[in-house]
Amino acid sequence: MKFTIQVSEGPYNHQASDTAYQFAKAALAKGHEIYRVFFYHDGVNNATRLTTPPQDDRNVVNRWSALAAEHNLDLVVCVAAAQRRGIADADEAKRNGKDADNIAPGFRISGLGQLIEGGIQSDRLVVFGD
Amino acid sequence: MGGDVKKFMYVNRKAPHGTVYALESLEVVLIGAAFEQDVSVVFIDDGVFEIVKGQVTTEVEMKNFSNTYKALEMYDVEKLYVSKDSLEERGLSEDDLIVDVEVKTAAEIAALMEEQDVILSF
Amino acid sequence: MLHTVNKSPFEKNSLSSCLAHAKEGSAILLIEDGVYGALKGSKMAAEVQDAMGKFTLYALGPDLKARGIADKIIDGVKVIDYAGFVDLACENDKVQSWL
Repeated sequence: MKFTIQVSEGPYNHQASDTAYQFAKAALAKGHEIYRVFFYHDGVNNATRLTTPPQDDRNVVNRWSALAAEHNLDLVVCVAAAQRRGIADADEAKRNGKDADNIAPGFRISGLGQLIEGGIQSDRLVVFGD
Repeated sequence: MGGDVKKFMYVNRKAPHGTVYALESLEVVLIGAAFEQDVSVVFIDDGVFEIVKGQVTTEVEMKNFSNTYKALEMYDVEKLYVSKDSLEERGLSEDDLIVDVEVKTAAEIAALMEEQDVILSF
Repeated sequence: MLHTVNKSPFEKNSLSSCLAHAKEGSAILLIEDGVYGALKGSKMAAEVQDAMGKFTLYALGPDLKARGIADKIIDGVKVIDYAGFVDLACENDKVQSWL
């Protein structure tokens, strides 16, 4: 079965990203396909490579990047939500005249249409939020 | 896009301004309209406050997006449903709302929800 | 269909709203702080027990354990893990998250 997952909260503040990750991992382990993970609202904060959690805690961002690398996942960060919250890739940073980018490996920035398209193309859309 | 038209429902349960969910939910509805799916938008619980008339945000210096709900019709988003119970619990009636809506009981909303293919919740 | 609830019923009305808007026969899964809704002997317990006549209630085991309430839940609530969550999402034709 083909899933699209929406993550609406950032890491550490809320469990939503953790639950979404565990759900995605369990789905992949069962042989399902994750068509896309779409990060919206504060969920875009899952995509900054500048997070430095304490050593004894999970690394939410790296964990998504690793899962994406292992399973070739499409991790999409909403551009409008990302611009508001200061998440940028090299292209976005350049376009908006910023001096740095911060996107983590495996994530890409794109439009909200990617969420709708995920809903159209997938068998199930599951929202994790607050 | 290919494939058949899917039934998309947006479920709005958050008040505006206090958090960004209502605004960013509306942005999804507007973008989603371009995909020509069968869209309905439902306002439940504090979501009914999103479409209350007379919102003035000049002093809080935040965006007043309440008028944008009136534009949904131009995007062919015409199925707007509001929970009867949620309105009543908040001392509101249909006259307090900025857009034309269909007021639905919880059972009617449950039935509508059951008809959907995709539900986006905010 | 599957409904998920991730809020404590002592703080938000998500569970009550879910119970009011779910059709008979639906599956309801409590996750994250939503698992407090499965707590035995709470002021919500009667409403939840009542709902179990209409719905099948599930709670996410990892969240129950994390909160120290795994052995304090209402009889008849089915405890599942993340794999079970995925199964529920497959068995039901859509998912609504009561946030």
